[in-house]
Amino acid sequence: MKKTFPLAAVLIALFAASFFIVPLVATFYFSLKMTRGELGFAAYASVFNSADFLTTISYSTVASLIAIAVGAVIIVPTAYWVRLKVPHLRPVVEFISLLPLIVPPVVLVFGYIRLFGSNSYLPLTTTTAGTDVLLVLGYVVLSMPYMFRAVDNGMAAIDIATLTEAAESLGASRLRTIAFVIFPNVRAAIIAGAFLTFSISLGEFVLASLLNRPAFGPYLVQLGQDRAYEPAALAIMSFAFTWGCMALMQLFATRKPGQRWLPRLMTPAKRTTP
Amino acid sequence: MTLDAAASRTEMRAPRPKAMQRPALDWNWLGVAPFFLFAFLFLIGPVLYLVAGAFQNADGDFTFANILELGSPNIVASFSLTIRLSVLSALMGAVAGLLLGQAVILGGLPGWVRNAFTTFSGVASNFAGVPLAFAFIATLGRLGLVTVLLRDLFGINIYGMGFNLFSFFGVSVVYLYFQLPLMFLIIAPALDGLKTEWREAAEILGASRRQYWQMIGLPVLFPTILGCFLLLFANAFGTLATVYALMGSGFDVVPIVLFQQIRGNVLYNPNLGYALALGMVVIMGVSNTLYLILRNRAERWQK
Repeated sequence: MKKTFPLAAVLIALFAASFFIVPLVATFYFSLKMTRGELGFAAYASVFNSADFLTTISYSTVASLIAIAVGAVIIVPTAYWVRLKVPHLRPVVEFISLLPLIVPPVVLVFGYIRLFGSNSYLPLTTTTAGTDVLLVLGYVVLSMPYMFRAVDNGMAAIDIATLTEAAESLGASRLRTIAFVIFPNVRAAIIAGAFLTFSISLGEFVLASLLNRPAFGPYLVQLGQDRAYEPAALAIMSFAFTWGCMALMQLFATRKPGQRWLPRLMTPAKRTTP
Repeated sequence: MTLDAAASRTEMRAPRPKAMQRPALDWNWLGVAPFFLFAFLFLIGPVLYLVAGAFQNADGDFTFANILELGSPNIVASFSLTIRLSVLSALMGAVAGLLLGQAVILGGLPGWVRNAFTTFSGVASNFAGVPLAFAFIATLGRLGLVTVLLRDLFGINIYGMGFNLFSFFGVSVVYLYFQLPLMFLIIAPALDGLKTEWREAAEILGASRRQYWQMIGLPVLFPTILGCFLLLFANAFGTLATVYALMGSGFDVVPIVLFQQIRGNVLYNPNLGYALALGMVVIMGVSNTLYLILRNRAERWQK
């Protein structure tokens, strides 16, 4: 088998590659045809000149960034604590962190609307700010499986027990240990999870639409109904965006703790030599 | 869910003996309390509320009426459509992903091919939702580039031949764009786990390639393949944005029906909506749980 040319394998690989690439090429080409008779970036210009595009994409960017921050603040101490002090709770925490893969977003947001509706103890959906909070927390929930796994893998790569003991012998409080020792050491893992979160929530449609927020996802759907060429341009841009997020995620996920090529934001943390 | 409450209760009652003598009460569980509080408020609570609502009527009394109403013809039709669509797209994804994995990982192609497919799959399995629908409309829609090229250059009118992107089959082709890469990614470790010794042993005993796959490769992979199929099934079942952007609100898959119901466009019976949500969670939960069980079973071979 090894002597002959792997014809079948080559054919399958070529077929799969063309299935992946042709829609991208076609969409890109389609997006260039907005001006009749010539190829150009008119569709892209039209997208960037649209006020709705700019407001919705800024709204979604801010919502996603806050979701990442909130997610990190919830997940990192939990993953730390589970590893360090309550390892027997790990199955429960892991199970909960995987639940969002079982609960579809449409079910989740239905629950939000009912549970936090006008006659509940916590009527978040009655105010704009409250609905924004719900949207962000919903994104935190949706990204929990990825964030938890990324952070947990990051913690597996460093010796948190020794780091904690070292910090404690130097007199650091628990909070200080988490903020200035653990956080910087799993920063790469957090950033890896953050890029995935970002790529999920930026164009998210279901939550934003049902909570009636002016986010990018509903804008995309509306545009798809109204226009022909701009959606193709946006599809190409969002593919490039997803690609960028994944590439950066890979970069950070495979990076060893302590390996540095970005300027440190905080005082140098303890380094481990595994 | 009651699981975490029970766990923290046992934790309080019976602290683990530590090397150092500890006080009788162990407060360590408090460290994970914020996580449990968040999960309870914004994940478990809302779902439990819907589950409870599925067994209540409008006045809050216990009833099975909503569950029974799931048996009404239009709801059954919509579950059936969703399940058929998910099965078809999961089958296509599983078969294509397995073929691709087999070709790229075991087929004797250079290593960079595998790396390229792995990288691309990581991106493509996350490239779902509205933009994916746009890309396929620009490609295989009525005026899509491939449609037009095939018609003008080769005289093949795919719409004349019965293909339609905005149809049951068309949707499953679009789903294939994220199902195939997902399958490729999750089957790769299992393909790596097929030991070369097994193949060599089979070859020495005179087995053909076909016999090797039929009697060794596929039986060993079977739990993994079945598990991956279930994961792809659940993945398709929960998909809303892609199919909504492609087909609009008239395509009655369960997520769209629920979406419309929440918007208040149909049904006007929230409790029936709860029952729909319960049905979705049950189907997703069962297929994901089976996936995890099968994956654990399959990992026996991957030591």
